[in-house]
Amino acid sequence: MKARVTVTLKNGVLDPQGKAIEGALKSLGVEGIDGVRQGKVFDIELGTADKVQAEAQLKAACEKLLANTVIENYRVEIA
Amino acid sequence: MKSAVIVFPGSNREGDMVRALTLAGSDAQKVWHAETDLPKGTDLVVLPGGFSYGDYLRCGAIAGRATVMDAVRAHAARGGLVLGVCNGFQILCEAGLLPGILMRNANLKFICHRQFLRVERNDTAFTKAYVKGQAIDVCVAHGEGNYTADEETLKRLEGEGLVAFRYADAQGHVTQDANRNGSMNSIAGIYSTKLNVLGMMPHPENLVENLVGGTDGRGLFESLVSSFSKAA
Repeated sequence: MKARVTVTLKNGVLDPQGKAIEGALKSLGVEGIDGVRQGKVFDIELGTADKVQAEAQLKAACEKLLANTVIENYRVEIA
Repeated sequence: MKSAVIVFPGSNREGDMVRALTLAGSDAQKVWHAETDLPKGTDLVVLPGGFSYGDYLRCGAIAGRATVMDAVRAHAARGGLVLGVCNGFQILCEAGLLPGILMRNANLKFICHRQFLRVERNDTAFTKAYVKGQAIDVCVAHGEGNYTADEETLKRLEGEGLVAFRYADAQGHVTQDANRNGSMNSIAGIYSTKLNVLGMMPHPENLVENLVGGTDGRGLFESLVSSFSKAA
């Protein structure tokens, strides 16, 4: 089973990297960009075929390591 | 006083830390991150600077979950002293031993320069050799030192006097110019609630000998050693 975990900064947390990327896009002449927030994507292979078990394992992975829940949110998608 | 300096893959300031501790009179030894126990009789645990695990995922995230950290957590819970400098501060935050997180510097630049800090209180095991309000001359060298916490945490840190050091000028004035990484409230270091865990971005271990330009960092190590000689 494959899964994708997306980790993003919570609203209100300053993202200097996203701001720099936003500035770079503007300087490249890419129009219409109102804001950029940078996040992370993890593609994960799971041994189980049980969706409920997979969800529990991925939640543990996110809470224990993949996201720092002080500043980040995470979203899990199971293929 | 027995100190254990934890070495992770990618730590690079452990040698300087052992040197600073030894100069102050501590029996300091390095401990590998895969150990399950601290050496018997450890009084102080130090997490040194560097780039543990190449700063992969988030600075300090992987080291914060290393095997030895369970022993460090237990040591802190018993009231044992823990010092984290630079990457060590990031590790303490990721390990849940200190609140908040160190974000990318607001100007996105790696900063590396001499820096004055204002000593916020001198009644802790880490700072009794200093004077309250004193400006000490140390070094900073980091890309992610921008201290960030939610409003409630920040209020608690300020209310309970848990801010250890703030970025300041040579006179000890906390100014916007002195806060080069954008930290909230110019925070350079914080204590745990019981004042036995200190995390700080600047490097006191860089300035312990006149040969390298200053000795203002020595007070921190001398404070730690003197707390123990009195207790023992």
